[in-house]
Amino acid sequence: MSEFTVPIGEPWKKPPFIKRSWLRWTLLIGFIAYLIAAVLTIDVNWSRVYEGLERGKQFVLAFTNPDFTSRSGDIWDGMVESIIITVASSVVGIAISIPIALGAARNVAPLPVYLVCRAIIAVSRALQEIIVAILLVAIFGFGPLAGFLTLSFATIGFLSKLLAEDIESMDKVQAEAVKASGAKWSQWINYGVQPQVMPRLIGLSIYRVDINFRESAILGLVGAGGIGATLNTAFDRYEYDTAAAILLIIIVIVMLLEYLSGIIRARVQ
Amino acid sequence: MPVQELKGQKNWQRRTSRESLSHWVLWLIGVAIFAYCWQQISDATTWFFVWDAPRIADDIWNRATPPRWSYFSQLGKPIWDTLNIATLGTIISLIIAVPVAFLAARNTTPSQYIIRPIALLIIVSTRSINSLIWALLLIAIIGPGVFAGVIAIAIRSVGFCAKLLYEAIEEIDTSQVEAITATGASRWQVMAYGIVPQILPALAGIAVFRWDINIRESTVLGLVGAGGIGLQLSSSLNVLAWPQVSLILLVILLAVVISEWVSAKVRGAII
Repeated sequence: MSEFTVPIGEPWKKPPFIKRSWLRWTLLIGFIAYLIAAVLTIDVNWSRVYEGLERGKQFVLAFTNPDFTSRSGDIWDGMVESIIITVASSVVGIAISIPIALGAARNVAPLPVYLVCRAIIAVSRALQEIIVAILLVAIFGFGPLAGFLTLSFATIGFLSKLLAEDIESMDKVQAEAVKASGAKWSQWINYGVQPQVMPRLIGLSIYRVDINFRESAILGLVGAGGIGATLNTAFDRYEYDTAAAILLIIIVIVMLLEYLSGIIRARVQ
Repeated sequence: MPVQELKGQKNWQRRTSRESLSHWVLWLIGVAIFAYCWQQISDATTWFFVWDAPRIADDIWNRATPPRWSYFSQLGKPIWDTLNIATLGTIISLIIAVPVAFLAARNTTPSQYIIRPIALLIIVSTRSINSLIWALLLIAIIGPGVFAGVIAIAIRSVGFCAKLLYEAIEEIDTSQVEAITATGASRWQVMAYGIVPQILPALAGIAVFRWDINIRESTVLGLVGAGGIGLQLSSSLNVLAWPQVSLILLVILLAVVISEWVSAKVRGAII
């Protein structure tokens, strides 16, 4: 058998993911060094973690026996407020982001408008919801208004950017045909551009409603209204069965929204 | 094509009258719902504060500028913690997400009717709950600190990574898998040589993309006590130290911009 052990040529080896070997080794060693440094600087209080496992078990068990009833009033109020914030902020956010998206598309808007709109989008995307919410609560006071303004602002950055990209990649031929018939600018947008981007706009809007609902669940943590305040209280009072009930409701609503958005997106496309 | 005759002249219209009627009804219902929502928000708002808002905003701006630059020396450790929360959280989540994705993908799941729904349930439930809520929960269970933040980020990311990854697995080229199977490879060898090389670029892209999002999320985890720079932010807010708040916000903004740049570069190099 020994004559078969030395094959002709070189034996096949798996090609590496990164071809340049020096880069591969530097990345690998650097990454391992970082990992060791990172793990060493995290001080974990293992006895505290061990103590907490009992509570963790209680929480997991609470999911099998969620308590919807004893705080049903608080849960209902918080949920309704979350949904109201979601709906209002989505409507206003989408309404504002459509003109901004038109302004941020290079093939529709002149350069100065384009730059201004792109700047608005960049600012809205860079600031996180929760930080905006903190500032707005400080300025406008506690309550759902701050949450509504936060999510409207966040919607603009998300929707305008994606919609502007879609407008920029639209089919020019249709738009030109409408223009050639002597249409005004508003008619050109309405009949040449709008039908092309409508399916994408609907899909993105529904996706954003979904995101806004998820975000509205945490705005209450900083006092901006919604179910988050109730959830926070439930955790603080170690009422895991109520917290489990709230989390289950959130999960079910998100699943419903995803299912709904799947159906609607399939219909418009 | 809907055409209307008006005084002997034919007029083209975009929609039939039936269509436009149903459009009007839908719009009416939509506007009514929005009006009701707005009414509710308006009732819950103290309008005096809102009319006073420009003065308050001006006041906060005056207090917050200029940022207290000397405070920066105390931010080193929190920034390091934030980076660690994001990176370790992403790594742990990938370790969990890869098997979940293989169990959830139609073409690799061992059982279509039992294991696949369980994997999908894990994906949906971890995805639909925000990392701040996971952090709240974990702080109640394992106590405040960086560790709770790492686990919160890890759990939140599992659903996201597993969803994108299982979609990538379902889209793989089956002829390569067949070729490996035809050589007589075992199930695991098919996995290692037929499937994994095809999804490795997608996996790397997802990891970097999620890492970028996690940097954003870990900057605010400290607000509920889970470590990182958010802890400094919340303590500065509590004592109304606005010059420190503005400095921290600037640092967070910078971190977000840098991580987005890094992630865009790396993804550009991979794909």
